[in-house]
Amino acid sequence: MTDALSTPPATKPAVNYTRQFERVALLLVWVIIIGLFSAVMPKAFFNWGNFSIMFASYAPAALLALAIIIPLTAGDYDLSVGATLTLSASTIGVLNVWQHMPIGLVLVIVLAMGVAVGLFHALFIIYFRVPSLVVTLGSTSLMSGAVQWMTNSSTIGGIDNGLIMAAVGYRLFGIPHAFYYALAAALVMWYIFDYTPLGRKLLFVGRGREVARLNGIAVNRVRVGALVMSGVLASAAGILYAGVLGSADPYSGLNFLLPAFAAAFLGATTIQPGRFNPWGTLVAVYFLATGITGLSMLGIPLWVTNVFNGGALILAVTISQITRGREASDIG
Amino acid sequence: MPSLSDQALADPTSHPGAPLALPVLSVSNISKTFGGAKALQNVSFKVMPGEVHGLLGKNGSGKSTLVKILAGFHAPDDGGRLEFNGEPVSLPLKPGDYRRLGMAFVHQNLGLIPSLTVLENLRLVPLTSGKSLYIDWPAQERAARQALSRFGLDLDPNERVDRLTPVQRALLAIVRAFEEIEASRAVTGRPGLVLLDEPTPFLPAAGVEQLFAMVRSITQSGSSVIFISHDIDEVMEITDSITVLRDGQMAGVLSRADATHETIVKMIVGRSLSKTARPSGDPASRPVFARISGLSGKMLQPSDLHVGKGEILGLTGLIGSGYGEVPYLVFGAHAARSGTISVNGGAEIAQTALSPKSAIDMGFALLPGDRQGASGVDSLPIVDNMFLPDVSRFFKSGFMRNRAMVREAKTLGAEFEVRPNDPGLKLSALSGGNAQKVLIARWMNRSPLLLLLDEPTQGVDVGTRQQIFAALRAAAAKGMSVICASSEAEQLAEICDRVLVFSKGQICTEITGDALTKEGISEACYATAAPASTSSTLSRVAS
Repeated sequence: MTDALSTPPATKPAVNYTRQFERVALLLVWVIIIGLFSAVMPKAFFNWGNFSIMFASYAPAALLALAIIIPLTAGDYDLSVGATLTLSASTIGVLNVWQHMPIGLVLVIVLAMGVAVGLFHALFIIYFRVPSLVVTLGSTSLMSGAVQWMTNSSTIGGIDNGLIMAAVGYRLFGIPHAFYYALAAALVMWYIFDYTPLGRKLLFVGRGREVARLNGIAVNRVRVGALVMSGVLASAAGILYAGVLGSADPYSGLNFLLPAFAAAFLGATTIQPGRFNPWGTLVAVYFLATGITGLSMLGIPLWVTNVFNGGALILAVTISQITRGREASDIG
Repeated sequence: MPSLSDQALADPTSHPGAPLALPVLSVSNISKTFGGAKALQNVSFKVMPGEVHGLLGKNGSGKSTLVKILAGFHAPDDGGRLEFNGEPVSLPLKPGDYRRLGMAFVHQNLGLIPSLTVLENLRLVPLTSGKSLYIDWPAQERAARQALSRFGLDLDPNERVDRLTPVQRALLAIVRAFEEIEASRAVTGRPGLVLLDEPTPFLPAAGVEQLFAMVRSITQSGSSVIFISHDIDEVMEITDSITVLRDGQMAGVLSRADATHETIVKMIVGRSLSKTARPSGDPASRPVFARISGLSGKMLQPSDLHVGKGEILGLTGLIGSGYGEVPYLVFGAHAARSGTISVNGGAEIAQTALSPKSAIDMGFALLPGDRQGASGVDSLPIVDNMFLPDVSRFFKSGFMRNRAMVREAKTLGAEFEVRPNDPGLKLSALSGGNAQKVLIARWMNRSPLLLLLDEPTQGVDVGTRQQIFAALRAAAAKGMSVICASSEAEQLAEICDRVLVFSKGQICTEITGDALTKEGISEACYATAAPASTSSTLSRVAS
């Protein structure tokens, strides 16, 4: 504001600089924390091996965060993605290891399960008009229970080597393939969000349901589609998780939920500020991953991870609120 | 005016216990200017104890501005005076001040919380502002029962408000208002004032009678009531004196003895000779574009209407008369109870088979009255708002042509004089008028066959209004049909070829030709309410 007052003709460029800065602010902060950790641990932290492991091991989390932003853009919450991931990974363990089903068939079943989860949510959220927060919170517990039942609460090791090889067996630029799957998902979502009519429809359904309806958009179909897509992507994240881990862990999947939400909201403050966007989400996931990796390498106790993720979520939402408020007064 | 109030002040209160001859509320020279526009100019009137005072006037005559000043929502211009029970009140009032003075408001939406019980709604203020640490529920229930029984209202205090009939809800809101003024009366010892703002349009005739009985018991207790309504017969039935506002000024004060239906209509409508240029063209000679038969909705009773090719058809009436539903029903945006639509003499399509999507495919377009909630999305760019119904057009060989879209938006923005014409800005960056231009451009660009409008110039400045009218006329001249629902007679007189006036859910007057003036339309709106005693029982519907 003071800039604008002192140099009136320069108002417009000044605003644009702020915008440009906002787009890359998170990237800059990311570089800064990499710099800080590198300064403290030049050998252990600042080497490509460390980063390549981080990129691969957080790929399932990245897919999960990407899954969340689809219904979020359409105006619905999907809190169940963590449980869907766990259900998907555990089903792979049970069917592939215990029932000796071929991995190809198992993957098809697991992805179909993702579709079913999405349709189940849609039934209650759209047909019965139950708030999405309630439905997906309930289904989280439902799926967690089902996982405990079918795995006897035990980790299942010995998953088909083909899956493990596909996830972490090969590397490109030293980074296991797992990361590139997440990258590909972000690329496809970027295309859909920004370069197809479906992306616009998704956006309008989320921002103004009545407006969308009165402009001939099939609002319910778009919402069902968004919920199904998040179910499928969360299932895919479960496949990737099983591949990266080489086993099916019936518990740890839920720990991905909070960082995924933090990343989705933090991602909405960067690259395309004010919108949930795939590149921003990806940046945010690895920003959080860097923070947690660095802190744990410093030997900071485990509880700090939770504090870091929770703090990031609240901070991210706060920043996006402030950004939105400021933008309105900027132009108006 | 001064002589009257002097008289009242001079009249000594020599008989203690007898009602004071001081007015409960005395409004003198209240004015309010918005920007350059005078919404109220030197309005003065008095409400005596035990009196029902009617407040009448068209939309935009200043009634709501006056109510908002009393509620402490608007600050009046300097120079006005307000006295409550003879004591000057310092202006502007702060929001909520009215409660301390002994005033209570019942607005049309009633201000009840549907999911709470009768008891909780009735005792809302005592329950939430009490200083004691716990709530004595039995005592609260006793108080509620007492309040209800005082008006002979047979309601279970533990019933949820959303299970009540519309009449019971309205009565409950009035009981609550009465309880509020009684509470302050217990402190000040002075009579209070209940202001009823359009409480009746959605009530059946029997409910109106019950409501009036309640108003009479309030005045019997010595307090006063201000009754705001569009329904002249109701006002004549219940009030003792009537203030009429017109264009923000006092059109006159009548006592019930002097008031006839005709004198009141004249006062409300006024008799200026302003005559607007009529769009040319004989409505009868046009081919019919759409014929709508038996269309009914929430308030709307089965009605038949048609719109000609290239015709601008206006729909109007008093609040609650059902005309505002028509554009939404024709577009398939709301569900109708019955009705069919036939286009260009083709087959009749049931309204229930219509959806916004199919209506758009038929060449219909709807611009809703709720700009922010139903028409455009404030937080998204102008370009996306402009091309919302036809984004697919810009999808070529697998990619959205975002740059072409912005280019076209800029051209369209220039054509409709959107300022600033920067398609990348969010819609919220534009003024109300410019945002409306964007949304009109959205539909006009598709060259619709039938454009449905609901209050198209609400919150739109005068200059923009003219631009919008010109665009509508130009498109109509090229054959686009328009149905425009509006409460503003002036606007309808200016753009319409023909106007249908609705009353109590039915079309009762068609205005064409020379009769199509601002005054003619307003008069028709009020005149149609005349034979209320016979027809009201039949056609009023409890929603």
